[in-house]
Amino acid sequence: MPKDVTDVICPFCGTLCDDVVVTVSDDNKTILSVKNACAIGAEKFNHQRLPGRVKRPRMRQPDGTYKEVSYDEAIDWTAKMLVKSRKTLMYGWASTSCQAMSIGHEIAEKVGGIVDNCATVCHGSSLIAIEDVGVPSCTLGEVKNRADRVIFWGCNPAHAHPRHMSRYSIFPRGFFTVKGHKGRKIYCVDCRYTDTAKCADTFIQVQQGFDYELLDAFRTAARGEALPDTVGGVPKEKIYEVVEELKGGRFGIIFFGMGLTHTMGRNHNIDEAICLTRDMNDFTKFVIMAMRGHWNVTGSGQVLGWQYGFPYAVDLSRRDQARHQTGETTSVDLLNRNEVEACFYIATDPGAHFPINAMISSSKKPTVTIDPHINCTTEISDVHIPVAMVGVEVGGCAYRMDNVPIETRKVVEPPEGMLTDEEVLTKINNRVDELLAKGGA
Amino acid sequence: MSEYIIKNGHVFDPVQGIKGDKKDIAVKDGKIVEKVSSSAKVIDAKDKTVMAGALEVHAHVAGPKVNAGRWYRPEDKHFDSHKKPGITRIEGGKSIPTVFKTGYEYARMGFTFAMEAAMPPLYARHVHEEIHDTPIIDEAALPVLGNNWFIMEYLKNNEVENTAAYISWLMRQTKGYGVKVVNPGGTEAWAWGLNCLTIHDPVPYFDITPAEIMTGLMTANEYLGLPHSMHVHQNDLGNPGNYKTTIETLQLAEGVKPKNTFGREQVMHSTHLQFHSYKGTNWGDFESAAKEVMDYVNKQKNITIDTGNVTLDETTTMTADGPFEHHLHGLNHLKWFNVDVELETAAGVVPYIYDPNISVCAKQWCIGLEIALMAKDPMRCFITTDHPNAGPFTRYPRVYSWLMSKKVRDERLNTFKNADKVIGATYLANIDREITLYELAQMTRAGPAKCLGLMKDYGGLKAGMNADIAIYDINPDKFPSDGPAIEKAFGNAAYLFKDGRICVEGGKVVDMGQKKTFWVDAKVPENKQVMHDVREKFLRYYSVNENNYPVPESYAPHQHIITVDATKA
Amino acid sequence: MANKITLNLITCRTIQQGVGMEAGKTSKKYFDACTIIHMHPEDFKKLGAWKNTNVKVTSSVGSVIVKAVETREDLVPGLAHIPMGPWANRIVPAYTFSTGEPCFKGFPVDVEVATNERIMGAIEVVQDACGLIRK
Ligand code: SF4
Ligand SMILES: [Zn+2]
Ligand SMILES: [Zn+2]
Repeated sequence: MPKDVTDVICPFCGTLCDDVVVTVSDDNKTILSVKNACAIGAEKFNHQRLPGRVKRPRMRQPDGTYKEVSYDEAIDWTAKMLVKSRKTLMYGWASTSCQAMSIGHEIAEKVGGIVDNCATVCHGSSLIAIEDVGVPSCTLGEVKNRADRVIFWGCNPAHAHPRHMSRYSIFPRGFFTVKGHKGRKIYCVDCRYTDTAKCADTFIQVQQGFDYELLDAFRTAARGEALPDTVGGVPKEKIYEVVEELKGGRFGIIFFGMGLTHTMGRNHNIDEAICLTRDMNDFTKFVIMAMRGHWNVTGSGQVLGWQYGFPYAVDLSRRDQARHQTGETTSVDLLNRNEVEACFYIATDPGAHFPINAMISSSKKPTVTIDPHINCTTEISDVHIPVAMVGVEVGGCAYRMDNVPIETRKVVEPPEGMLTDEEVLTKINNRVDELLAKGGA
Repeated sequence: MSEYIIKNGHVFDPVQGIKGDKKDIAVKDGKIVEKVSSSAKVIDAKDKTVMAGALEVHAHVAGPKVNAGRWYRPEDKHFDSHKKPGITRIEGGKSIPTVFKTGYEYARMGFTFAMEAAMPPLYARHVHEEIHDTPIIDEAALPVLGNNWFIMEYLKNNEVENTAAYISWLMRQTKGYGVKVVNPGGTEAWAWGLNCLTIHDPVPYFDITPAEIMTGLMTANEYLGLPHSMHVHQNDLGNPGNYKTTIETLQLAEGVKPKNTFGREQVMHSTHLQFHSYKGTNWGDFESAAKEVMDYVNKQKNITIDTGNVTLDETTTMTADGPFEHHLHGLNHLKWFNVDVELETAAGVVPYIYDPNISVCAKQWCIGLEIALMAKDPMRCFITTDHPNAGPFTRYPRVYSWLMSKKVRDERLNTFKNADKVIGATYLANIDREITLYELAQMTRAGPAKCLGLMKDYGGLKAGMNADIAIYDINPDKFPSDGPAIEKAFGNAAYLFKDGRICVEGGKVVDMGQKKTFWVDAKVPENKQVMHDVREKFLRYYSVNENNYPVPESYAPHQHIITVDATKA
Repeated sequence: MANKITLNLITCRTIQQGVGMEAGKTSKKYFDACTIIHMHPEDFKKLGAWKNTNVKVTSSVGSVIVKAVETREDLVPGLAHIPMGPWANRIVPAYTFSTGEPCFKGFPVDVEVATNERIMGAIEVVQDACGLIRK
């Protein structure tokens, strides 16, 4: 008899919906249907049973083709690569569990790796800004229960976090927000009239690349000072009007995304958004939250934080001290400068998401990729080690965009003989120990 | 397991009333025993001080706000971040050390237990992940309850049994140890940008006062018979003139009787009292109220306190007192971190520099020391820095040097930039008392162990107790007279035994021990009302499902569960 | 004679790209979702191209062939959007201004009609650049 697994945590985006219901076959091997998840989340679960999944490690041959090898062989190759390289980029981690990360960090400390996660090309700018000016924030339930002014600035949850608006930010009725959507004023600031903008009461179209100026204008308006006629393409009347409405709310929140982190200004845009939030607390309650995208990227920052004191781009290559300097220990810069001797990718796909010049640099180095599926990175790697899907075939801890951790659930068995991230990393760690005990590779 | 015999040391053990006499301590199977076989390994403690492992009664060492402090302050790593000799991982950070460093540093100072002072229930899994990764020391965490919607709703109607049943449920979900209260009512008010500065300010919407919350929680705590008492961070922290509210809060304990099987005698633990002992009306006429507050503490036997000593460092303040951190940010304009936690609590973080050249900071330093030095009963007054709020815990050796040597502290006091002004506003200059090694053992071992309900196993060296033993390079007959020597001795234990294993030797970490996570399982009669309310709140107001709320077993692989039975209460 | 126009390019997530990614990097869903450039109708006019024609998009770091489409999520004239993925990243400048963050949004590109050029597959488009394709 097929059965329902309830309270399942979706392993795709930082919304970390934890109310998914998955129907699995009697033998716990196949996912039959997925309820409550959005289109992307459902697809993630469905991918589990797609035909053609790679079930054993593969190693690239001199002719460019890939040959299946045993886990032991792949692990030995990886350990040797790590021990030999004086500086290894160990990038990814966003789709794996915090438990797996811990093991990875242990390896990195031994072999002198640089541990970096997807924030580096995502909310890294936000982390820099927070390092500079802090951040007043809240959990997502606070938004649901209290927020009556909601701003989406440079983010498009309708596409990137599809259930965010219904679970937390626009539609839900909460304790002090019994009217739900009707009791909230929704604002969207973007250079495009996005599907999120279509849900907003007020759309403010900012000229691409002028977010800093507009945020600054909001701060100026909040202080009641003079503005030029338009800022970033927005008329000053509109700015004054919106700022007054925001002040009139009881609890306001700014959600922001790549529209701020990726555009010119980067961390300075976020810095300004955070300062606006801080200023607004002189008038009412105001908070701000980064729309963290890639599932457990937040968790990677947390684990790195408590183990080394930095949220990403942690350079352990000195082995007795952790360093973190954006521009220097960040993945894309390391690759741009050809500064690492090997690449170790896990639970993400830089091949698809890094600028090509960084990947060209990467492709010239010994590379191992650990990922459940074939992707753009596995196909430029020397070794691809497939693993069970975290949050589907194995549990483990993940952190939501508001830093709330949730232990994910295993819903089905991985394919026969398939190892998990934790198992693969543990074996690599042990092999590294053996090699180091013998004095190296 | 191996046997040890620690010979010829000067033993200080308040549990047995031993005050520096030479006595051999025998260790077997992780416990202190009367005798060991002749094959026991001998540890020579000649001219050394032997005490039980120390207990940290209140520190912020694990969890979301601690970690926020770590990662939003990369500069904190610049002060002190290198691997030390021994079998350690990379260590980082000064005021908010990484988990590895936290475990190692406590061990090097002779500590074997630390209480994480504020666990937001929704983030309990995070707290336990960090505790899991902190080596050597045993730990527990106190869930914060003083602004919790369930609690406020039950207590508004005086429903003590429901409050107790909810606490019992919550402690099981979060693997929590006891009842923590931080700025009761004020933190809920902060969700609207407001605060409760006296214990009679009504909490917006919830129609209850801080005084009622605290009284109710104390009653529920004793109804359950928990090992620890209600542990409170009071309202109006850090403001001149707050000592009146402080005493008023302490008075809430009058007439409340402790009820438990752990030997605990207090019903309220009032933490970081230094921050609550201020006279004056502003920072200009700010003065010490340590005397007023300690006079009350000394005569009211059913309360315990800890000091919250300012260490005069650059540090990182962090508390569930959200409105306070906002206020502090308004004063120093350093970066402000805040998180409001749905239905439960909030937290704020702001860096802070206790500058000895600023008289306010110097006065705070005096007040913290005065509290310890005015305490008549060292079994009820414990030394803390409210790590990292008044300073990092790694400064304990320095705090001890100030408390144990009038000379050392007067050197500091008299060289403050505004020494006259500071001396005029405080009592310290006229205090001659020097804390003895025996009193230190009371304030850092036996006292906190009793207060936390752990006196059966911790805080002493009696046969049957845990073999948690710190040996310091201190000859009590020739107690060092200069500060750095005292600091060095307390900061680098000659030996630390944890559960009978040597974890530190000559100040170096040599073994990770096997840390345990403590939590309290309080059994109460089945309570349908509370379970219904829980279901309801999760369905409607929480952002996670009820089934995803508990801390999984695997987060505390070596858990030590203390069970209490309140079914017949 | 084909026109060449200069646009300001941003790369962003779309829900189709998210679904495609989870369907698999080699899936048709992913290909369809990411091998497009969203342009404003006015820019189509300027370019002198019909909807759904292949175009060559060139930035300071390289070129890529994608299909020009009109979008539901409106753009202003002069602004164009390619969903994030390996195609977009063939032309994203890797320079980070010492922030670690490359220039994913807001860089100039030239767009010209390339009706007869083929759009590469997801893996091909990366391997090709890395010189891993054996001819
Ligand atoms: S919104 Fe995000 S977490 Fe929720 S179901 Fe969709 S992809 Fe999964
Ligand atoms: Zn406190
Ligand atoms: Zn505290």
